[in-house]
Amino acid sequence: MPTLIGQPTPRIDGRAKVTGRASYASDEPVANPAHAFLLTSFIARGRITGFDLAEAKAVPGVLDILTHESVGSEAKPPKQASGGPTTTTMEDDQVWHDGQIIGIVLADTYEAAREAAFRVRVHYAAETPAASFDAAGAERERRDDGEHQDYAIGDAEGALGAAEVTLDAAYATPTQHHNPIELFTTTCAWENGNLTIWEPSQFVYGLRANVAGQLGIPPERVRVVSKFVGGAFGSKGGATARTAWIAVAARRLGRPVKLVATRDQGFTIATYRAETRHRIRLGATRDGRLTALVHEGTEVTSRPSRYNVSGNETTARLYACPNILTRVDIVHADRNTPGFMRAPPETPYMFALESAIDELAGKLGLDPIELRRRNDAQVDPVSGLPFAGRRLMACFDEGAARFGWADRNPRAGSMRDGEWLVGLGCASAVYETNIAACAARVSLRPNGTARVEVAGHDIGTGAYTVVAITAADRLGLDASAIDVAMGDTTLPAAPLAAGSSHTASLANAVAAACEMVRDRLARAATTRNAGPLAGHDPGTLRLVDSCLTAPEGVAEPLSDAVSRLSPGVVEAFAENIPDGAPPDAMGKLHAGTNPILRGYKRSDVAAYAFGAQFVEVRVHARTCEIRVPRMLGAFAAGNIVNPIAAHSQYMGGMIWGLSAALLEKTELDDRAARYVNDNLSEYHIPVCADVRDVEVMMLPEDDDRANPLGIKGLGEIGIVGMNAAIANAVHHATGRRIRELPIRIEDLLSQSRGAHPHPFGSTIPRSPSPERFASLLLSAADDDLRHGRSQG
Amino acid sequence: MRPFAYARAGDTPTALSLSGREAAYFAGGTTLLDLMKLDVMAPERLVDINPLKAEHGSIAADGSGLVLGGLARMSEAAEHPAIARDYPAIRDALVQAASAQLRNMASLAGNLLQRTRCLYFRDRSWHACNKRNPGSGCAAIQGVNRRLAVLGVSEHCIAHYPGDLAVALVALDASVDLVVPDGSTRTLPLEVLHRPWGDTPHVETNLAPGELITAIRVPAAPWFRRSLYRKVRDRESYDFALASAAIALDLAPDGTVREARVGLGGLAARPWRAREAEDALRGQRLDEGSAAAAALAAFAGAVTHGENAFKPELGRRTLVRALLDAAAMET
Repeated sequence: MPTLIGQPTPRIDGRAKVTGRASYASDEPVANPAHAFLLTSFIARGRITGFDLAEAKAVPGVLDILTHESVGSEAKPPKQASGGPTTTTMEDDQVWHDGQIIGIVLADTYEAAREAAFRVRVHYAAETPAASFDAAGAERERRDDGEHQDYAIGDAEGALGAAEVTLDAAYATPTQHHNPIELFTTTCAWENGNLTIWEPSQFVYGLRANVAGQLGIPPERVRVVSKFVGGAFGSKGGATARTAWIAVAARRLGRPVKLVATRDQGFTIATYRAETRHRIRLGATRDGRLTALVHEGTEVTSRPSRYNVSGNETTARLYACPNILTRVDIVHADRNTPGFMRAPPETPYMFALESAIDELAGKLGLDPIELRRRNDAQVDPVSGLPFAGRRLMACFDEGAARFGWADRNPRAGSMRDGEWLVGLGCASAVYETNIAACAARVSLRPNGTARVEVAGHDIGTGAYTVVAITAADRLGLDASAIDVAMGDTTLPAAPLAAGSSHTASLANAVAAACEMVRDRLARAATTRNAGPLAGHDPGTLRLVDSCLTAPEGVAEPLSDAVSRLSPGVVEAFAENIPDGAPPDAMGKLHAGTNPILRGYKRSDVAAYAFGAQFVEVRVHARTCEIRVPRMLGAFAAGNIVNPIAAHSQYMGGMIWGLSAALLEKTELDDRAARYVNDNLSEYHIPVCADVRDVEVMMLPEDDDRANPLGIKGLGEIGIVGMNAAIANAVHHATGRRIRELPIRIEDLLSQSRGAHPHPFGSTIPRSPSPERFASLLLSAADDDLRHGRSQG
Repeated sequence: MRPFAYARAGDTPTALSLSGREAAYFAGGTTLLDLMKLDVMAPERLVDINPLKAEHGSIAADGSGLVLGGLARMSEAAEHPAIARDYPAIRDALVQAASAQLRNMASLAGNLLQRTRCLYFRDRSWHACNKRNPGSGCAAIQGVNRRLAVLGVSEHCIAHYPGDLAVALVALDASVDLVVPDGSTRTLPLEVLHRPWGDTPHVETNLAPGELITAIRVPAAPWFRRSLYRKVRDRESYDFALASAAIALDLAPDGTVREARVGLGGLAARPWRAREAEDALRGQRLDEGSAAAAALAAFAGAVTHGENAFKPELGRRTLVRALLDAAAMET
């Protein structure tokens, strides 16, 4: 049977996007909106002792200024998807972190709201904050087993002691922010006690339930609309505080309210990737078999939250090793609560493991690919379950051949092109195969067009097209004949678009609804009349090329088959609860909890996608600029629904990996616990000139143990190996092992820093003395100090 | 952003009459508008001088030198054939600055006057900034200062001058023509257009209120053809210099340096003329050793603070690279 799944299909929403007709949340027209501008805190810890609002309220067009004094009791903090409690905002006078929402200026125009924000004066009783790991006052605790688990397999410490070769190294990753191009926006309107929220979201059902809970109203009275999302990467997955406050503002004014938060506010009103530290200890035999793996991680979070990513749940499973020990500690600091960011666990933790594997290969004198081959696991070393497909070494072999790995001189510092040192590095990529419960409705018309409704989310990934392809494939139509509606809580419930699960979740639900349509058509065609298919076995009929077709070729036009049941439309609603998911998964989804089944929590298989990533770096021999002329990723991630979109996803992940390894760092002033490069002119991502050859190889993998359609998901795996591949390539080029990201010119300049004895050496730990801190504080008496920050 | 008045000046006398302490000239707006949105600058009046481009926007080159109109756009200068041929350092500096879009907007005079990228200066929520709030202190000296200056700094300010063009120009002995609000004119060497920070970092230039840069003059020297601008930065494009060097060399046939001009960027409080390096090179055969000696001399007075401790070393290496590249140029 011909299949559309796997055929390159241009995005069905592409024209709308490039012509500006795609309606992003803040584009939705609402009548006579008031405009909001957020007031955010200039201190990271303390209390608000008062506001001077008179000057701001006198700005023409200002309608109101909301603070905890006026509206504090009207909303509760949002529930977090992970990590328990989070910081409050306008509920009371407490400041938990820099840039916390402490007020909202409402005006007839955006300009008036912004100007008034600059005229607000805030008085604080400030306290010395703890910015991060080393700060006085930061609180460290061991992360309990719960959402995430530590593993103790065999006797890792004993095996380390007995190992022929050992490695003990520390690694660190910085704070990073998503910075989607679409800012964090919220528009709220009330009508007859019902609230509509237009907001870019990765989980409209989750946002609906959360805001309803915050406001104390039934979820049925809340509708969330998020038809298009201009980048999210995890930052729009959970509810943040702003939404309920904008709803409160709209209720008070009796008028829709629109918020477009500024770029700098996005650094503190949403989530981020927190800085991590790692200690990895490896034991191996002389011939390169791992005997011990210990991966200890430490992660920063806010004071109240226990959010952590625990990526050693993945690193423990990648290689065959009889003795494994993992542990995660969290450090509470005066910071906003971190959250999901593309491959949240793997991006930092795989940097550590895959750097360490490369270091071990060096110690053993083995090619790093060969070391991985010798430790290629056939079963999950933690659970003992078989992998649902594991083509890791095939990815390495095909990728290495294409990349020219054989031409690599293994000796570090040995390859050179003129003034440039050349280095080749590689790393494994891995990401779990997740799937969640999902519902979908399919309506098929006699004229051969169909509509699919599912409250899924196109976060820029091509989800509309994936849904159309799946429905077209199952209904025997062209993708262009499918009209897809998504991103609205009036549609059948769909899960969080995250964890590389959305394609699998949506496609399997849509396929189930299509099967119900086919089944009804087939039963009617075979039992109810004397048409060409009368008497056939309904289970054998397929929808192909706009016909209902029997195996031996007898066919009936689709229009006849549909009209037999209804001259209008044949409709089916299906709920797909994946095998192994809890039976109440749909109930959880409607209650706003994401019912995800993780690839490593299954009882039948360990489900993962795998890849191998290769990078060539060039380092200027004198001035040490680092450039990346070539990257290649080879991936095996199950069935690919749309190779065009998959290629873009992989490529985007690889480019982001380049960015993360060499450029991205949210700079933290450790005295004040404040982000200082909170804009795109100073928080750097690559420009086109930094991205040269990017090659993606998609290895075929057909494995229905992952799920019925054999879709593994690939939204995140593209970034996973990049940090380490680049660090490994830099080492190969220069002989310098850099264990802290991002890798910068200064890390390679000094001859004496090659050994990098202090893994966190490029930031000099500075505990803020009270005097130093006081010198930075805003003086409440200083008339010059006014509020509001904006970004041009 | 605060409300402001906007006035469009049709000619130079009108522009001068509209100018003043509370006013700002507006050309490309590529620095000014950003800082106004950030509430770092709050002029009461913008005087749009773009209509003056006919008067002050041309580019001319002859045997005596190069005259760049203050209102010529960066992209126009970058594409000018005489600049590409006779002043490669200027062309290199222009094409490596900002982005194509910004170069199409930014005027040359405005580019010379672009303000520091110090993160604490650009964010009003930080109280301690001697540039914004004189006497309030400097949050950057012990803060996030990787990009900030190591030359020409003071205990009151370590802000860096971020531009590229001025670094090439200061190496090539450029000067600026000014009109004064009373209508008279004067000329100022570019090297003294920007002031050292000292204890008044809020006073950044020696321009009086209302003075307008109408032209930039670069004297002709045939050996300026042996000039270049090398820029070292984290990313390949659209990034300010971590270190840059503008070099012009007059070499004897045997490779001995008769004259050298050295400008440094990304490293200093203002467009930096490294006269110590020039002196060290004069009379020397230019090779790795003499270049390194000149680089040592250039950074003898460098002062670092924490994160920017690497910059003298990067600056020295950048200077050596640029000197050796300039010596190897085919002219």
